[in-house]
Amino acid sequence: MSARPVAVIGVGQTHHKKARADVSMIGLVREAAERALADAGCDWADIDAVVLGKAPDAFEGVMQPELFLADALGGAGKPMLRVHTAGSVGGSTFIYGSHLVNAGIHERVLTVAWEKQSEGNAQWGLAGGRSGGIGAGGAFAPFIRKYIRDTDAPEYIGWMVAVKDRQNALKNPYAHLKIADISIEKVKESEMLWDPLRFLESCPSSDGACAMVVGSEAAAAAAPNPPAWVLGTAVRTELSTFPGRDATRPQAGVDCAHALYDSVGITNPREQIDVAELYVPFSWYEPMWLEGHDIAGPGEGWRMVDDGATEIEGSFPVNPSGGVLSSNPIGASGMLRMAEAALQVRGLAGEHQVEGAHVSLGQAYGGNAQYFSMAIFGSTQDAVR
Amino acid sequence: MPADDIAIVGWGQTPSVASTDLTEPQLCLAAVNDALAMANIDRHAIGFTCSGSCDYLSGGPFVFISNLEAAGAWPPISESHVEMDGAWALYEAWVRIQHGDIDFALVYGSGKSSPSDPALLFPQQLDPYYLEPLGLDPASLMGMQARALLDSGTATERDFAAVAARSRRAGAANPKAQTLPNGAGESDLDIDALLAAPYVRAPLRAHDLAPAADGAAAVVLATPAKARELTDHPVFIRGIDHRLEPHQPGVRDLADSPSTRLAAQKAGLGANGGGVGVAELYATSSAQELILRAALGLGPDVSVNPSGGALCSDPVMATGLVRIIEAAQRVADGTTRRAVAHAVNGQVLQHNLVCVLEGER
Repeated sequence: MSARPVAVIGVGQTHHKKARADVSMIGLVREAAERALADAGCDWADIDAVVLGKAPDAFEGVMQPELFLADALGGAGKPMLRVHTAGSVGGSTFIYGSHLVNAGIHERVLTVAWEKQSEGNAQWGLAGGRSGGIGAGGAFAPFIRKYIRDTDAPEYIGWMVAVKDRQNALKNPYAHLKIADISIEKVKESEMLWDPLRFLESCPSSDGACAMVVGSEAAAAAAPNPPAWVLGTAVRTELSTFPGRDATRPQAGVDCAHALYDSVGITNPREQIDVAELYVPFSWYEPMWLEGHDIAGPGEGWRMVDDGATEIEGSFPVNPSGGVLSSNPIGASGMLRMAEAALQVRGLAGEHQVEGAHVSLGQAYGGNAQYFSMAIFGSTQDAVR
Repeated sequence: MPADDIAIVGWGQTPSVASTDLTEPQLCLAAVNDALAMANIDRHAIGFTCSGSCDYLSGGPFVFISNLEAAGAWPPISESHVEMDGAWALYEAWVRIQHGDIDFALVYGSGKSSPSDPALLFPQQLDPYYLEPLGLDPASLMGMQARALLDSGTATERDFAAVAARSRRAGAANPKAQTLPNGAGESDLDIDALLAAPYVRAPLRAHDLAPAADGAAAVVLATPAKARELTDHPVFIRGIDHRLEPHQPGVRDLADSPSTRLAAQKAGLGANGGGVGVAELYATSSAQELILRAALGLGPDVSVNPSGGALCSDPVMATGLVRIIEAAQRVADGTTRRAVAHAVNGQVLQHNLVCVLEGER
């Protein structure tokens, strides 16, 4: 059999914060799930299966937490699957949920991704609790330095991305960081963490969850709010490191993008995609992914930033939600990209809505910039022109 | 509902051992190579790869990333990973291959239990607010479950020992099964001798509990058309489903497994065991095997765990996938036309998967 259409019919997320001390892990996922169900106009009984994603269990110190979260997510009596593909997990979790509908197995699937960083220590978790870790920024800084050297990008490009995303976050009621007086000066003067990355060019540690209800055409027709059609999905993975690997333009990212574009008939992504939510945990990843997914040519990604093309009013808005730079509940960060991309084509993004968004891109990456999950959403099933 | 009966065309498993010096990627590589060789396909023919493993077993984050070496993730591959037993990785791959755009999927599950102490580790799998602080280890939970079964009046400690004796006898003939510390000697097969052993957690004795092991397993899935090209004896997945129960043991009837019954129904097993000749069940205690047999409606004529089952070797995170392999093996070799495999995730049968396998109609 071939894949049947699938739509996002409900989106929910928590208010992301440094510490959501007001809720347990159970309360956190429940909050996002209830909002997604309300958006989808359905109840727990309408959900056929639950898919849960999060980053390493070591972050909260709970092994396979989907087992104890089953009750809160209405999992009893249903299939529940736990995905873990490093930082891309939120994207992969959503994609697997959509495939359950594509394949005709279920009518409505609840996908949930979360992280409660305040109940653990992600830095300790990343290092396996064994040594002082270099952190994610320490892993990615050399790649960023290489990008800057290869493309002659000016240092202020990173600061511009940091400012743009934090300004966008001011329009997103769920965003964690709200830095009202954000400015180039403020970013530039913030502490150097991992050369060339400064403190304000880095993502925060957040508590938060995201939930999406995906459904069939019939489920979409029965839902009260407009759907976002999942026009295509793709995942690609490559090894962490090996001689000759291009870490600034990983082949898995290139392949993933092209598999996705080909599957939906996109030949000119910059023209045919109206808005993108890209996984940018450190400022420089915006121009790097614009090039790494062939939205911009080599060395053109930073010029798009410089020209203001990626601003919310620009020709190719990136991360109107404020992105990972403004909210980073790690396991949920990838799903938030999918959720925000879906909201845009549904016309439900509120103050950070991009005018006339009919085709959107959601992207997440993980591991040593080696895992990619991407999806294209459309306001209609034939939205790609 | 999905129409395609996806086939299993290749499999491999490492021997299960209490502890190995091999790394987890090395274990995975051996299993994957065997599965690909059996299917007689090149790894570049694989359209989707999915693996199952658990960081906590070996105590590091992102264990599955190193395991990618076994999948040969270059050039880049279409891939996913579940933090679960490999049987659920097989489920995700089964969903993916339904789309009709790929011919083959590779699945592997792996775990090294030897670096950790299950009694210290597994309490961290429980609700961190209410259960984990109690330090409830798997053996204690299984002891409570076994007690509930005894109290229901449907089984005795002698029944538990009979399950253990039969499993050990079968496991002794399985070269992949673990060599148990006390061997499968005469005393292991004598029920009175087994009953004379001390309790680990009353009413369970050492022979009633699955010995955690290191190991890996791999499976190649194929579309029906490709399967028939490759082999005259394809094994088809006629149905597969998994269902979960509430986490808190106190709200469940531990002497029953309603989620297994539901998964079997959704997988199309049919009443009274659905005419299967072989059942491979992931029971981590002898009492669980009795609970699962009842939930699946298996009669006395069904050969249960001819491989020896998890009571002989439990390579955690691969064990469920091994059950599917062992069941498929017996369909392929003509032992039975129809078999059922079961996998579990979580404690005391919280989450159960049922897979119905058949040869060509």
